[in-house]
Amino acid sequence: MLRRTFLGLLGAAGASVALPVSAKAGGKSFGPHPDTLGVLFDATRCIGCRKCELACNEVNELPAPDKKFDDLSVLDTKRRTDEKTLTVVNKYESSKGSVFRKMQCNHCLEPACASACFVKAFKKEHNGPVSYDASVCVGCRYCMVACPFEIPAYEYDEPLTPRVMKCTMCAPRLAEGKLPGCVERCPKEALTFGLRKDLIKIARARITTYPDRYVDHIYGETEMGGTSWMYISGVPFSEIGMREDLGTKSAPELTAGALAAVPIVVGMWPVLLGGIYAVSKRKDKIANDERVAAVKDALTRAGEEAEKKLHDELSKADVANQRRIEVEVKKAVEEALAPKEEEAETNEEES
Amino acid sequence: MSVDTTAVEKKSLFTPFNIIATIILIAGAIVTVMRFTGGLGAVTNLDQNNPWGIWIGFDLMCGVALAAGGYTTSAACYVFGLKKYHSAVRPAILTAFLGYALVVFALHYDVGQPWRLTYPLFVQNGTTSLLFEVGLCVFLYLTVLFIEFTPALFEWLGMTKIRNIVVKLTLALTIMGVVLSTLHQSSLGALFTIAPSKLHPLWYSQYLPVFFFVSSICAGLSMVIFEGTLSHKPMHHLMDEEYLNNHDGLILGFGKAASLVLFGYFSIKVIGLAYDNNWHYLTTGYGAWYLVEMLGFVALPSFLYAIGVRDKNITVIKWAAGLTVLGIIVNRFNISMVAFNYQLPSAERYWPSWGEITISLFVVTIGVLVFRFISTRMPIFHEHPDYKEEH
Repeated sequence: MLRRTFLGLLGAAGASVALPVSAKAGGKSFGPHPDTLGVLFDATRCIGCRKCELACNEVNELPAPDKKFDDLSVLDTKRRTDEKTLTVVNKYESSKGSVFRKMQCNHCLEPACASACFVKAFKKEHNGPVSYDASVCVGCRYCMVACPFEIPAYEYDEPLTPRVMKCTMCAPRLAEGKLPGCVERCPKEALTFGLRKDLIKIARARITTYPDRYVDHIYGETEMGGTSWMYISGVPFSEIGMREDLGTKSAPELTAGALAAVPIVVGMWPVLLGGIYAVSKRKDKIANDERVAAVKDALTRAGEEAEKKLHDELSKADVANQRRIEVEVKKAVEEALAPKEEEAETNEEES
Repeated sequence: MSVDTTAVEKKSLFTPFNIIATIILIAGAIVTVMRFTGGLGAVTNLDQNNPWGIWIGFDLMCGVALAAGGYTTSAACYVFGLKKYHSAVRPAILTAFLGYALVVFALHYDVGQPWRLTYPLFVQNGTTSLLFEVGLCVFLYLTVLFIEFTPALFEWLGMTKIRNIVVKLTLALTIMGVVLSTLHQSSLGALFTIAPSKLHPLWYSQYLPVFFFVSSICAGLSMVIFEGTLSHKPMHHLMDEEYLNNHDGLILGFGKAASLVLFGYFSIKVIGLAYDNNWHYLTTGYGAWYLVEMLGFVALPSFLYAIGVRDKNITVIKWAAGLTVLGIIVNRFNISMVAFNYQLPSAERYWPSWGEITISLFVVTIGVLVFRFISTRMPIFHEHPDYKEEH
């Protein structure tokens, strides 16, 4: 079993990494699952009563907060979600006065956390929620780095079993046919629950009916590839602490290029490096052969030269010997003939 | 020579180095207990906005980059056939192996449930994650580095047969090492491609994986020079003639390569800047810091390297190497911490705690001690007498 997992994973390192991603990278878009549920938040209706926070706290059995939920003074300080608070309402001073905005996990259609998680602890359920499985979570917190909405929080003070905490969209309640806790408790109907495609129609209808009341944009319809939770507002979203520069690319699209390079590197590098090795080895071999040949050549040439020299020397020596013999012979002859023919000798010498 | 070694060690029991190392080890042990009884919150300044601190930024990001000497040196020697660098391969491989082993060790502090570190590989593969690629590469490359290191171990233990088998695998291991390093060095940069909204535009780029890979070559070449300089004095008595004779040639060769690669890195960084049309950010505060990084830690060392090589001035090359190593640390810190979460108000930004710094020092100290232990005993800076003249 282990071995099979391991072999599978070796394969995954090469080929299969490319497959699911390149499908997305290839520009094929299938849109959200038709059953995807969602929630629409209307900032013009929210009064900052924090009832949704209370409901969330009760439903998820979270620890009691420092200040009670009916204490609205907490709205004066900026807060974010943390391991004990899965949803937060903040107050913003905008061009149209005080505006309240609720934040929680947006349950992206292509979640950054799910694409970033290296144990697949996060999963986008087809009916909407992005679920989290604490039983496999290693605690690397890459999901927190990846999330553009800064939602996942971590139990930093838990030594043995820290978890990533975020809104679950009340998935267990949805399974029972109930509404998410916050939606059910909201007294002003600032939260609308339903099929995501219906929510977009509702949002558009409100914007069309009251063009003076709303900014003409549904936040979450396309942001980061779209989210299950969406927002409409009377003031620009940047004024209520929402980033408008996130773009429409989903997180998997952002990393698709880097992932697609993996099989290329695995395939190309050994070929290239093997080639370079072969070339350098061949170069060495040729250099070596040439060296050997040159040495051999030099040796033969030296040998030939030596032989020639020897031959020359020998022949020179021959000539010299001959000459010496001649001289000796001459001398002997001269000596023999000297007393008799002194005149003739002088004649010979002159010639 | 063995007499030499013991004499030096007996003398060095109460050296300043050993005293400081002991203090760091004790402090590290205390923080370790605190970390595993009180959780991450007890010793770190990490929070919900800043999930990664110096344990990722320094121990992982810099640790991996600075261990790049292993694949650059072995590739130069075995793949590119530059046999004169042979004497530098073993120290580089040992450094790389220890570097990666320490990265894994340090990760045990950073992740919430370290006993699950093998989960991504053996329980559930998150193949869409770049962190999965990082994990898989670390796991495989650590194995490759260990096998590449074992000939020294087997020579020391006198296990000739198995040593000879491993030596035959050298080329295959080297190529695997380069493949895994390419993927792994680049995937560390690619980790941040998922967060364009959080990383400052001057540092964010689709080319981050390429930037990380190319800069890791600079880091690898410079680390070999830098570390050779560091170990030269304390390890001198262990270095054989081949190592010492080749040392200056190696510094010149690696310096020349580093100068070129740094220049190339500078160029592709400019291309990245132009591609995203981020010029206007250069006039901001972050822009000034970006220019310091690019001019002071990339262009300047490239230039210094070039001068050092032209004048055959080893001292200048060594300074350039030190500057490049520092520059890599600056770059990895910038991406993982300084330019990350740049949009947050300063009160919500991250600053490392003493506990985190202690553990980082602890990890580095362990590395130096283990390196000293191994290189004073095994044939690292010299060839084993039984296996001379084999290549």
